[in-house]
Amino acid sequence: MTMSTKQVTNMEQLLEGIWKQNPVFVMVLGMCPTLAVTVSAFNALGMGVATSFVLVFSCGLISLLRKQIPKEVRIATYIVIIATFVTLVDYIIQAVSLALYDALGAFIQLIVVNCIILGRAEAHAAKNPPLPAMVNALGMGIGFTIGLLALGSVREILGAGKLFGITLFGEHFQPWVVMVLPPGGFFVLGGWLLLFAWWARRKNAGPRSPHPNPLPEGEGANVPLRGTSDKRGHHGA
Amino acid sequence: MSIELRPSPHLHSGRDVPTIMRHVVYALFPVCAFSIWQYGLSALALIVTVTLSCLAAERIANRMSGTVNTLSDWSATITGVLLALTLPPAFPLWMGAVAGFAAIWLGKSLFGGLGHNPFNPALVGRAFVQAAFPTAITTWAPAFAPQRFSEFIPSSLTLPFMVPNDISAWVAANMVDGFTGATPLARWKFEHFVYPVEDMITGAASASSGETSALLLLVCGLYLIARKFMDWRIPVAVVGSAMIMAWGFQLYDAETYPPMHLALLSGGLMLGALFMATDMATSPVTPMGVWVYGALIGVLTILIRYFGGLTEGVMYAILVGNAAAPLIDKYLQPKVFGARKK
Repeated sequence: MTMSTKQVTNMEQLLEGIWKQNPVFVMVLGMCPTLAVTVSAFNALGMGVATSFVLVFSCGLISLLRKQIPKEVRIATYIVIIATFVTLVDYIIQAVSLALYDALGAFIQLIVVNCIILGRAEAHAAKNPPLPAMVNALGMGIGFTIGLLALGSVREILGAGKLFGITLFGEHFQPWVVMVLPPGGFFVLGGWLLLFAWWARRKNAGPRSPHPNPLPEGEGANVPLRGTSDKRGHHGA
Repeated sequence: MSIELRPSPHLHSGRDVPTIMRHVVYALFPVCAFSIWQYGLSALALIVTVTLSCLAAERIANRMSGTVNTLSDWSATITGVLLALTLPPAFPLWMGAVAGFAAIWLGKSLFGGLGHNPFNPALVGRAFVQAAFPTAITTWAPAFAPQRFSEFIPSSLTLPFMVPNDISAWVAANMVDGFTGATPLARWKFEHFVYPVEDMITGAASASSGETSALLLLVCGLYLIARKFMDWRIPVAVVGSAMIMAWGFQLYDAETYPPMHLALLSGGLMLGALFMATDMATSPVTPMGVWVYGALIGVLTILIRYFGGLTEGVMYAILVGNAAAPLIDKYLQPKVFGARKK
C-alpha cells in the first residue's frame, strides 16, 4: 500500500518537471543555453542530455550530503558539487563527440551557472532523500531537453531545411537565415510560449465556453467577501 | 430638454479609424496601379498575396485571442499593401506571404492589436524577411519588360519554401538593355554612379514595387495631407532633415557623398516619410515631439545610407524612430496653459 503510493509520488515527481513545471515553457529558466545553442536539434539534444546528467547526479550527491552541509556555505558547496559534474561532462563530450563539443563551446562549462540546477538543489534536493531528489531532477532534465529540442527542431527545420542533419525538403530549400541567428531563438521561444499559454487558457476555459463570461466568476469572488462582512456584522451585533 | 454633462472634447470631427484607414488605402491605389503598370502580373500578384496573408493573419489572431473581428477597420489591408510596396517586385510570392504573417503577428497581434503596436507592422514584416531572406530581398527585376502583362517574372512563382527561380534568363529574353539589377543607392555606394533624375521620377530605376516614383508618392501623400488624414509635420521633418544632411555632406565633400537629389528621390525615403513614419499608433503626438521624431528618422536614414553596411536605411531609421516615440513624447510634453512651475 505504502509502496504503491510512493510509486505514484515518484511518477508525479518525474512528470512535474516534464510537464507541469517544465523549466523552459513554464518556469522560463536556463534561457541562456536555451536561446544560444538551439540552432540545431542535435546541439539541443546534446545540451539537454549534458544538463540532465549534471542535474541528476549533483542533486543526488547534494541530497546525500544535505545533513552535513552547513547552512551558511550551502550555495558555495552546491556550486563545487555541480562544477565537479560539469567538468566530468566537459571531458566526456570532448571524448565522445568533438564536433558537438565545438558546437556547444563555452556553454558546456556554463552549465555550472544554469539556474535550473542550483534552483533544484536549493528547492528540492536539499530537503529530500536521494531517490526522490534524483527522480525530480531527472524529470526536470527531461523537461529541459524537450524544451531545447522543441526550439532546436523548429530552428533547424526552417533555418537549414534539416532535422538532426537529415535533409528534409531537397536541395532547393530556401533557408530562413534569421532562424539560425539570435533573433530566431527569441522568435521561436516566444512562439512556443505563446502556443502553450494559449493552449493552457483554452483548457482552463473548458471546451464549451469560447467566450469567457466574467460575471459568474466575479460573483463567486464576492461571496467570501460578503461572508466575512456578514460575520463581522454578527460580531458587532 | 436635457443637458448632458461630459468632459471635453465636445466636438468630434466624425472621423473614426476605419474612415482614416480607408482613405490611406485610396491614396495608395495610384501607387499600386503605377507599380502594376511597371512590373505587370508579378507586382499585382505580390500586392494581392501579401494583403490576403495579412488579412488571414489578422483573422487567425482574432480567433485565437477571442476578440472581435477587426478586418473591417482596414488596418490589416493597409499593412499588407504598404508591405507589398516595400518588397522587390520579383519577390517570391510565398516569401511575401511569410512577410505578411510576420507583419501582423509579430508587429501587431502580439502587442494587443491596432493602437498597441510600438512598431509599424509593415516594417516589422519587411525587417523579418530582410533578416530571413537577405538575397531574395535584394534581387531586383527590370521595369517595363515587354512581356510583363502576359507572364510572371519567374522568381514570383517559386514553389513554397524553395530557393527563388533564377531570373537572369528571363531578363535576357526580355531584352532589357543595360539592366544591372542594382538600385540607384546601391549603384552609388558600389560604383559611384549617379542616376539621372528623370529615371527616378518615371520609375525606370530598379527599386521596390512602390518606391519607384517619388513624384507620384508625393502627390498621393499631398492628398492625405490636404484632407488632414496625416500630420504634415512628420514627412516635412523627415525629408527636410534628410535634405539638410545630404546637402551638408555634399558641401563637405562632393566627391565622396552623393548629390542631394539622389538622397531624396531614391530608395524608400518618400514612401517611408509619407506613409510609414506617419502611422498614428507609432508616432509621437506632441507638437514638438513630431518634429524631433521626423528629424531623427531623416538623420538616421542618411547616416545608415552613407556609413552603414546596408544601402538603404529608411526601414531601420523608422523602426528606431518608433522605438523612441514614447520617450520623445514624455520629454516634450507641452506646457499646460496657466500651469506654474513647481
